[in-house]
Amino acid sequence: MVASERRLGGLTLPAWQRLLTIGVVIAALVLPLLVKNFTVFQLTLVMVYSIAILGLNLLTGINGQFSLGHSAFYAIGAYTTAILMDRFGVPYALTLPVAGLVCLVAGFLFGLPALRLEGLYLALATFALAVATPQLLKLSLFEHWTGGVQGIVIVKPDAPFGLPLSQDRWLYYFTLIVLILMFAAATRLVSSRTGRALKAIRDNPLAAKAMGIDTALYKSLAFGVSALYTGVAGSLGAIVVQFVAPDSFTFFLAVSFLVGLVVGGVGWIPGALIGGVFVMFVPNLAEQVSKGLAWAVYGVILILVIYLMPTGAAGFVRLVAGRVARLMSSNR
Amino acid sequence: MDLFLHQLLAGIATGGIYACLALAVVMIYQSIDHFNFAQGEMAMFSTYIAWQLLAWGFPYWPAFAATVVISFAGGVAIERLLFKPIRNAPVLSHIVVFIAMFSILNSVAGFTWEYTIKSFPSPFPSTPLFGNRLIGAHDLGMVGITLVMLVLLYVLFRHTRLGLAMRAAAANPDSARLVGIRVGWMVALGWGLAAAIGSVAGMMIAPIVFLEPNMMLGILLYGLAGAVVGGLTSPIGAVLGGFAVGIIENLAGTFIPVVGKELKLTIALVLIVAVLMVKPSGLFGRTAVSRV
Repeated sequence: MVASERRLGGLTLPAWQRLLTIGVVIAALVLPLLVKNFTVFQLTLVMVYSIAILGLNLLTGINGQFSLGHSAFYAIGAYTTAILMDRFGVPYALTLPVAGLVCLVAGFLFGLPALRLEGLYLALATFALAVATPQLLKLSLFEHWTGGVQGIVIVKPDAPFGLPLSQDRWLYYFTLIVLILMFAAATRLVSSRTGRALKAIRDNPLAAKAMGIDTALYKSLAFGVSALYTGVAGSLGAIVVQFVAPDSFTFFLAVSFLVGLVVGGVGWIPGALIGGVFVMFVPNLAEQVSKGLAWAVYGVILILVIYLMPTGAAGFVRLVAGRVARLMSSNR
Repeated sequence: MDLFLHQLLAGIATGGIYACLALAVVMIYQSIDHFNFAQGEMAMFSTYIAWQLLAWGFPYWPAFAATVVISFAGGVAIERLLFKPIRNAPVLSHIVVFIAMFSILNSVAGFTWEYTIKSFPSPFPSTPLFGNRLIGAHDLGMVGITLVMLVLLYVLFRHTRLGLAMRAAAANPDSARLVGIRVGWMVALGWGLAAAIGSVAGMMIAPIVFLEPNMMLGILLYGLAGAVVGGLTSPIGAVLGGFAVGIIENLAGTFIPVVGKELKLTIALVLIVAVLMVKPSGLFGRTAVSRV
């Protein structure tokens, strides 16, 4: 039986998916009106992290390349926006595409040497990139632009057109629009001809090459697009937090993205949202359990999550959906 | 010329640290086929155990030996408890468990022994050796111990049945199992060895950088750079790579004006990428050939 013909309570599986997506979007639209400004701020950050994790997912999940250095692209995006807004007075919305473009180029250029590296070696090279990023940002040579160790403070934008929204709520909706666009684009990309080429390279690089796929081009491109996503996330993050400084972009940030990716499910696009929620809220949760041992608690939670869901939320969702479908069909 | 010589020797001394850690990195890579991000934290934790034993009044060398044994047992226990159950999970899930281990070890060490910097004794005399002022006795001792470990590992891997079994288990687990090697225990043994080497590295490094929960992150990066430069499949390459990184770091820091102190970690990055561009499997590494 073809999956699309299988019915659940009278609806096909894709129809269920569409229904669920619409439900999530409606919930996302209503939610900020019901909670405090600070919670709205946190939810906005969840979306920012989700976009960054989605970027990493495109690289790792779809194209099969590792990266522990995505904090660097997040930093480039954030600094591009901060410098454009602070030094040149560019409106915040216009800085997003610029940040994305800068990161696309940066990612593509880093992807070129990375072509020769596979698996572990790539992880090491990107690991080094993540560790070196704060040092490069602090460099006195660029201090005129980056503000050195102090970083740059930016002004939080007001809602446009006289909309009766607080700044936090307006930023939430702004981020939501960007998030929906980015996720829609990613879904299209993955199911396109390009997406199939990227997946073929992940599954069997030699066979992909033999079939005439320009693996070098597609792999660098995957790095570039992935960096673009993470850079846009960084740019949004800078606007939301109103502040950029070298020490917010340490190796720890790159690790958080990776954790979010694995928890959400490698290669499953909606998983990025679950990863974003995990990255945002679980460290706070761990701190509430024990202040002194917060990171130990975090580590234990992480190990438990991997034990229960070795392939992340993606595998878990697939398991539950499979069970439900079998249950429904046996009832009939 | 005097400055050059001085920096060269200082580079060899710091290179000894990196060589130590690079050796531990290569060891675990040889036995489990991925890289353990928590390696540095394991070494840090072992060093705290040694510090605790010394604080309880044990003499240095018994405490040293006890730490190595405890670390070995700890490494085996970590493999059995944490990694055996998820043997079939994807590589990325393993990496996340490494990250979890990293944060647990770091946090527990900070909680138990506090984040204040502690000094750690050196087993070697503090007076300059042979009346020279260029290189201290501790640095020489550290280099010596690294070389001794290297020789012992070489003998283990090349000239014993156990070493052969360990290499087989890492290279081709399925075939190794078919010829009767207990692959699971070989992996656990590899973890134990890596933890033991890491503990020696930690105890040698601690007198120089002082003991604190975050002492290892920077050093781990250099150790990694050393291992990658030398080739992740070659213990000798790792040791030479470690020394090379130490020397380059010191000479570049002294003689290239912009680099100075600000960009020390960036040197490691440039070095890793540069070597990998030219020789993707490191200077002494074997090139992997895949079957189509």
